[in-house]
Amino acid sequence: MIRRVLPHDLGRGLLTRRPGTRRGGFSLDWDGKVSEIKKKIKSILPGRSCDLLQDTSHLPPEHSDVVIVGGGVLGLSVAYWLKKLESRRGAIRVLVVERDHTYSQASTGLSVGGICQQFSLPENIQLSLFSASFLRNINEYLAVVDAPPLDLRFSPSGYLLLASEKDAAAMESNVKVQRQVGAKISLMSPDQLRNKFPWINTEGVALASYGMEDEGWFDPWCLLQGLRRKVQSLGVLFCQGEVTRFVSSSQRMLTTDDKAVVLKRIHKVHVKMDCSLEYQPVECAIVVNAAGAWSAQIAALAGIGEGPPGTLQGTKLPVEPRKRQCKPCPHLSLQQEEPDPANLEVDHDFFQDNVWPHLALRIPAFETLKVQSAWAGYYDYNTFDQNGVVGPHPLVANMYFATGFSGHGLQQAPGVGRAVAEMILKGRFQTIDLSPFLFTRFYLGEKIQENNII
Amino acid sequence: MAAPWASLRLVAPMWNGRIRGIHRLGGAVAPEGNQKKKRTILQLLTNYFYDVEALRDYLLQREMYKVHEKNRSFTWLEKQHGPYGAGAFFILKQGGAVKFRDKEWIRPDKYGHFSQEFWNFCVVPVEAVDASDCDINYEGLDNLLLLKELQSLSLQRCSHVDDWCLSRLYPLADSLQELSLAGCPRVSERGLACLHHLRNLRRLDISDLPAVSNPGLTQILVEEMLPNCEVVGVDWAEGLKSGPEEQPQDTASPVPA
Repeated sequence: MIRRVLPHDLGRGLLTRRPGTRRGGFSLDWDGKVSEIKKKIKSILPGRSCDLLQDTSHLPPEHSDVVIVGGGVLGLSVAYWLKKLESRRGAIRVLVVERDHTYSQASTGLSVGGICQQFSLPENIQLSLFSASFLRNINEYLAVVDAPPLDLRFSPSGYLLLASEKDAAAMESNVKVQRQVGAKISLMSPDQLRNKFPWINTEGVALASYGMEDEGWFDPWCLLQGLRRKVQSLGVLFCQGEVTRFVSSSQRMLTTDDKAVVLKRIHKVHVKMDCSLEYQPVECAIVVNAAGAWSAQIAALAGIGEGPPGTLQGTKLPVEPRKRQCKPCPHLSLQQEEPDPANLEVDHDFFQDNVWPHLALRIPAFETLKVQSAWAGYYDYNTFDQNGVVGPHPLVANMYFATGFSGHGLQQAPGVGRAVAEMILKGRFQTIDLSPFLFTRFYLGEKIQENNII
Repeated sequence: MAAPWASLRLVAPMWNGRIRGIHRLGGAVAPEGNQKKKRTILQLLTNYFYDVEALRDYLLQREMYKVHEKNRSFTWLEKQHGPYGAGAFFILKQGGAVKFRDKEWIRPDKYGHFSQEFWNFCVVPVEAVDASDCDINYEGLDNLLLLKELQSLSLQRCSHVDDWCLSRLYPLADSLQELSLAGCPRVSERGLACLHHLRNLRRLDISDLPAVSNPGLTQILVEEMLPNCEVVGVDWAEGLKSGPEEQPQDTASPVPA
């Protein structure tokens, strides 16, 4: 009651001083003065931060429970699921730090946006299936009151993989695993393939697998904007800045077999503002590394990999930015050197010399193909086994990873976000078990290779 | 997280001299306020009060839940009466009509009641389904796809049928001969592209699809995709620009001689 009366009176008081008490000199910026006074009074009112001395509204908050480094689709997915799975409304304070709000170099916006379930690892298939159902029901998951529904422009066309004689057995076993997990894949012989798609040259093809449902491509930018909008409405704070330093403390502990190990804990994250030297130390409990192609730098800031090689301390995060997938691929001979990932320039000759001959061979109608436009983006390429890194670091106790997906991060983002949120909130994976994707596999040398032909 | 009195906070912009603004926010809606004005005030309140936003969010979730309820799977019915009975019951419950082979159309009346006789002959396959204006969505197709020998399906003006649903129709490829998607607001050309699985389709109605960006071109592409099918609904010349001197001759009223 009092609050309602107070501004009311002040308003009256201010305005009654206006007519006739003094003449002349009032036309000087009266509106500006009124807005200044209104701003001052607004800051005195309860519920506002009182920044009379110094305006810090452009800086991130000083405290946050979770700081997510990287505002791409994986970072936003983790933020969304943290807010969705928290036990009480407003229980977790989340801050997303993104260096570039235009997402000009982020892999999400530059991605083709394909989604496919034809993997050989059951975890990958489960993640893709869940993401497909997330995208299908995106207007229920990401519904914001009064906002227009999202149009993902999904084309449910399916992926067609062709296998030669020697890969046919591998393809069959992969399809068996995929069907067991729940994906709808159909196997076709060369005759059936010719029947269905008469424009394909089936020479050398022994078997083909075709995804019937939940496969295709969509608009990744729309997903990103939808996630941003929803996550902001749920109360997650955004900050445009760069993480420059982690302030952490270490503790020497003994393992069960009496070996000394140094455990680290991150206490503060220094977020530096764009184009200035100003930084804000954000005190946090948990840091999520979702920085995509630049995750290795963030990991290095936290001291991951500083130690003799071959030990757990010396194991670096093997994620680097790459512009071209270089998996051992029997169809395309990629012995050429990797393109320089320092910039996002497109090498137009690569398509002409290496990709087009194979395309024209398989699909004769593509002989007269001409490239209209091309763009480049980075993969957050995991040099170890080209699959994602998810979960906490064994030594830096409060850093969680959600990165390194080497080209299928976008299609696995909803599932991975949920898995990381479950790990943070509940301490274990509940819906999809991603324990093979933990960081420890780099030290133990356990590669989880995707032996699918793409 | 926010101050506990934040939900009662009245924001300054309203009191720039116009004191009446505060009273309007206080909730006293003018009695002659029509539907449009009410929605605007609720929207206005949503921007300032967390409680109103939570209430509207809850109402939205409830609407979505109602559609899910309608589209739940009738697995028990399928065990008891077989797939055709369960599928027919699903359609009739939604408000659509069902025709068993060699039998008459079964339609619910305006109160939603329908005759229960079909339980007696639910071993007979269902031939045709008219699901116009129903709330069938992707999950509801679980029940529809039980009708393996369906020949004619009409999904006219179904507001929840979208591209994902169309990609799910391929199990009916062997039997489906007639499909109508007229007036579905969420079907776009990307969904129509995955109808290529339906090899036996003889008649396809794609008129009045607001989400399709270029109806004339889409008609041509669909005709190419399904060569044995008669594609109805769009005049291929629709997308072409007509010159300024052309008059619509056929719509002119007959001139008295």
